Amino acid sequence: MTRTKQRRLGMASLVTGFALAVSGCAGFGNLANEPGVTTLTLASVNNPQMQDMSELLGDFYAQHPNIKINLIMMEENDLRNAATKDVATQGGQYDIMTVGAYEVPIWGQNKWLTDLTDLAASDPSYDVGDFFKPVRDGVSFDNRLYAVPFYGESSFLMYRKDLFEQAGLTMPERPTWDQVAEFSRKLNNSDRAGICLRAKPGWGEMFAPLTTVVNTFGGQWYDMNWDAQVNKPGFTKAVQFYLDTLKESGERDPASFGFTECLNLFSQDRAAMWYDATSAAGSVESKDSKVAGKVGYVRAPVVMTKNSGWLWSWNLGINAESKNKDAAWQFLKWATSKEYAHLVGSKLGWSQTPPGTRASTYRIPEYREAGGEFAPLTAKIMSEVNPKQPGVAPQPWVGIQYVTIPEFQDVGNQTSQAVVDAISGRSTLAEALDKGQKIAERAGENQKKEG
Amino acid sequence: MTATTQPRTAELAPGQAKPKKPLKVQLKGQELAERKFARKLITPALVVAILITQVPFVVTIYYSFQNWNLARPQDRSFAGFDNYVAVITNGAFLPSLWATIRIVGGSVILSLVLGLILAVLLDRKFRGQALARTLLITPFLVMPAAAALIWKFSLLDFNTGMVNYGLSFFGIPPVAWNTDHPGLTIVFTLTWQYTPFMMLILLAGLQSQAGEVLEAADVDGASALQTFRYMTLPHLRTYAELATLLGTVMMIQVFDPVNIMTKGAGDTKTLPYLLYERAFIGQQIGEAAAYGVVTVIITIVIATAALRTLFKVFTEEAR
Repeated sequence: MTRTKQRRLGMASLVTGFALAVSGCAGFGNLANEPGVTTLTLASVNNPQMQDMSELLGDFYAQHPNIKINLIMMEENDLRNAATKDVATQGGQYDIMTVGAYEVPIWGQNKWLTDLTDLAASDPSYDVGDFFKPVRDGVSFDNRLYAVPFYGESSFLMYRKDLFEQAGLTMPERPTWDQVAEFSRKLNNSDRAGICLRAKPGWGEMFAPLTTVVNTFGGQWYDMNWDAQVNKPGFTKAVQFYLDTLKESGERDPASFGFTECLNLFSQDRAAMWYDATSAAGSVESKDSKVAGKVGYVRAPVVMTKNSGWLWSWNLGINAESKNKDAAWQFLKWATSKEYAHLVGSKLGWSQTPPGTRASTYRIPEYREAGGEFAPLTAKIMSEVNPKQPGVAPQPWVGIQYVTIPEFQDVGNQTSQAVVDAISGRSTLAEALDKGQKIAERAGENQKKEG
Repeated sequence: MTATTQPRTAELAPGQAKPKKPLKVQLKGQELAERKFARKLITPALVVAILITQVPFVVTIYYSFQNWNLARPQDRSFAGFDNYVAVITNGAFLPSLWATIRIVGGSVILSLVLGLILAVLLDRKFRGQALARTLLITPFLVMPAAAALIWKFSLLDFNTGMVNYGLSFFGIPPVAWNTDHPGLTIVFTLTWQYTPFMMLILLAGLQSQAGEVLEAADVDGASALQTFRYMTLPHLRTYAELATLLGTVMMIQVFDPVNIMTKGAGDTKTLPYLLYERAFIGQQIGEAAAYGVVTVIITIVIATAALRTLFKVFTEEAR
């Protein structure tokens, strides 16, 4: 081999190598698009209700043969990150997304989601008015609807009817927190905690129930001027009460306890009361639970407000960048229609019907029967709570157990870590809340600039 | 190549020092051309390797100068050193660094000591030795997330955990591990996971110790303890250093137990968890990147200093 030949071969291999390396990034752009068929990409949270939906897609295809759904299921945090990235960068990768109630107003304000108000109103059979008003308010911004609710939940107090009877106690229909703390002290013993309250750090763990307590104690995260209120009297009193109740008669090792752990504790007969999501009732009454049939349900305990339940919903929204908005709306309409409840009930079982969105669902006799004691109460609570002003003082956002600003996850998360330090005595409550106040102030400043 | 060099080293008399610098060979003509050709062939692979390993870091540095909150994309802008100022001033970094040092340091020391004990026990012939070794290695093979769940629910649970059950025999009241001793729960999990790793390396060290040396010590009348103290431990030093180094590198990435058990409360917010929080809960990509860059710089400084001074393994004098 001569030198020039070698050099040429060398160059060729160099170029080929680069070409191969670079082309790795190109590749599959458009996978087989059938003519006349619209493919919608749906990014969804992987919870049971959504998995049920994927099983029922056949019914949708039968009605809309020219629409195909490409369903991508993700774990909640992954979905939140993937979807946020997509809408925030105007990627337009997903046509439809399941969006939590916390994000809908933020994304709506940013115009990342398609305004659905007129689409929803244009079809009388869809009947927007049938959705519980608080749920509708929760997914609106400036009275414009940016997503449609798929299923929803509030919070209530679950208690052991048998234990209350043994101890000669009566649970009022609308208990106050003082009464609940009193019951908890009386029912607490070495085998069984008086009450299970979430105290695992996290804005969605500890601060879901705790914020509802803060609201009803007259506290709030921010006032109307976005001034943080975390170390102010109302907030402090509520957290102090929460910590005292935990210490006196709550579950031991509270920092370990989130939703799942409390569910375990309560359904294994190791707690007399549990304040948590209405959606927990299904599991509490299931076959695996030791306490099925022994549990009573009442409204969330209150102090200064009339109601104190929280409000959460998983919703379907259309990406503002989607090129197939009409097709996407057809899908949204199908998945959140009155008929969908019937479809799930008749095909998969009535207990699997998505709860907490439509009043009409609670009028279906089969659902009422399957839903037991807690279904009618859930319906009542869902229509009573007020996400526009859950606390004593007015607030500049819509939402009960969260603040609809992007920084709230961070604020809630760090404050909850500080509160856990107060639970274990590594710091005082005042120190912990001062820390939370500082973090909340920083986020509030951003909000003032925006406003 | 090895076939030709091997006899040459063998010719060196034992004890004779190796030549300090390798002989510089001048290539000419055909050989030089072949060498150049070979370099060209390897270039694409080298470039790809550089791209793959260094681009993410360069991108991280770029992000660290951006004001970029995932949830406020419209405000994305050049931030200068704002993120670095935030890293230093918002008071999260030093406590996190300290938490990392305590948790990783504690776990490395504990697992090294336990690993040494187990290695010494395993370094002898007995029935079921293979089985015992396999059983002892198992914790290292368990995925970190699974290990954290085992510790959270089976061992450290307040009501039903085995640790509290065990303590009850000594009249010790149940302990709320996660609430009252969050740092310890992470150290327990890490130690449990990495003791087998330390044990394996130290066991290899023990098995490489020449039998004659031990025999000679025995003949000279050294007690078992003296043999261990003056013969075995010095021999194990390089192995222990390697185990410490690798163990630290692996444990410093601790994330799963923190995320599953303590959620960063109570001085368990290690650097990886802090980074995760800034990026995915705070959604502050710029700030998280700045934390990442600072962490890398500090790690390089500490690692270089440690490798140069503490560890015999990497210093030439040890050879």
